[in-house]
Amino acid sequence: MKPAPFDYVAARSTDEVLAALADGDTQVLAGGQSLVLEMNYRAARPRRLVDINRVPEFDRLDATGPALRVGPLVRHRAFGSDAVPGPLGELLRLVVHHIAHPPIRARGTMLGSLAYAHPAAEWPAVVTALGGELHLTGAAGERTVAAEDFFTGPFTTARRPDELLAEVRLPHLPRGAAVGFAEHRRTHASFAQLAAIAAVTVTDGRVVSARIGLVNASDRATRAHAAEAVLAGQPLDDAHVAAAAEAAARQDADPQPQPYADLEYQRHAIGVLVRRALRQARDGG
Amino acid sequence: MHTTLTVNERRYDLQVEARRTLADALREDCGLTGTHLGCEHGVCGACTVLVNGDAVRSCLMFAVQCDGARIRTVEGLGDDHPLQAAFSAEHALQCGFCTPGFLMLAAGALKDDPTLSEDPERLRELLTSNLCRCTGYDAIRRAVVRGATAATSP
Repeated sequence: MKPAPFDYVAARSTDEVLAALADGDTQVLAGGQSLVLEMNYRAARPRRLVDINRVPEFDRLDATGPALRVGPLVRHRAFGSDAVPGPLGELLRLVVHHIAHPPIRARGTMLGSLAYAHPAAEWPAVVTALGGELHLTGAAGERTVAAEDFFTGPFTTARRPDELLAEVRLPHLPRGAAVGFAEHRRTHASFAQLAAIAAVTVTDGRVVSARIGLVNASDRATRAHAAEAVLAGQPLDDAHVAAAAEAAARQDADPQPQPYADLEYQRHAIGVLVRRALRQARDGG
Repeated sequence: MHTTLTVNERRYDLQVEARRTLADALREDCGLTGTHLGCEHGVCGACTVLVNGDAVRSCLMFAVQCDGARIRTVEGLGDDHPLQAAFSAEHALQCGFCTPGFLMLAAGALKDDPTLSEDPERLRELLTSNLCRCTGYDAIRRAVVRGATAATSP
């Protein structure tokens, strides 16, 4: 179908974006790879779009500080390059190949995916697992929200309609951290049915830091705190990997009814994916 | 809204509604019907064109977003592009509906990285971008490899 009529403004600065958003009835057009398809379906009928594609500096990607800073126009494909060093960059490179396909990755943005908050999207779970912070700016000022407080339900976030998601800050992983990612989906470019993210640091044979994230295992991106607690201070052997996977499946996950999988199957698959992600982090490959 | 597109090196001054997708503008306003519209929600890839060099879905962009942009459509490949000859030689099309999208997908990717066709995994990942309901994809994969070789050989 064709989109319903709307007003369009191409902003040239943050101030122009915020001025447009101030009416509370304007949506941000960044990559448009979810918004425009919803408009084509007429599931979304925004009164006005503010296009941020011509705002200078919005494509900033700064990996130099203690946290990676990502601006609102950094496309998915930027994370397929070696722009981000260290284990964080390695994790982002593992994940990005699971996001749609190259033409979509050339347009879609990380912050757009975060603001959209699809429960089956990978970036929200990565940002939640790593303890990322989301920086919002609006007419009433600026504020920073922790990822676990930002995602409040399917397609629902703490962002107010007059606010722009201006930046996400992702803490770099410790130098020796190892990462893994495992996803279950029907075809290469399909949505994730379920996925697990792992970032683990082992020192002297013991886990000193574990971050585990779950995709589509709940109505929002999930950090698997119970699974992380199972690993803390323990060796990353098969027994502890299995126990962490069990904790993720039984305690952290809250699977939602899906047409393709019952709840018990989903819990089983979550355990399998967490085990695979942790083993990938431990064994490589 | 007034929008200027440069399509295949030719300038088009258009008066379009904001809701006009790039795909519709190319077909209806520029008369370039080589770009096909299948699903209109970014899945099938029949509408793939190059915008400032990137292969993108023209159904998921508005024409007004492309004001000042350089666009290349299948008409811009000409009639004797190595990829077109390779698609013919490898029987990489049957009904032909998806072909413009696959050609632009491949043309964009090979322009970015001519070595792509030597890496089976990356080529496979690229070709998952678009749908073909006739050929079963392997002929398309062979055609891209053949076209890339022809394009880079002296």
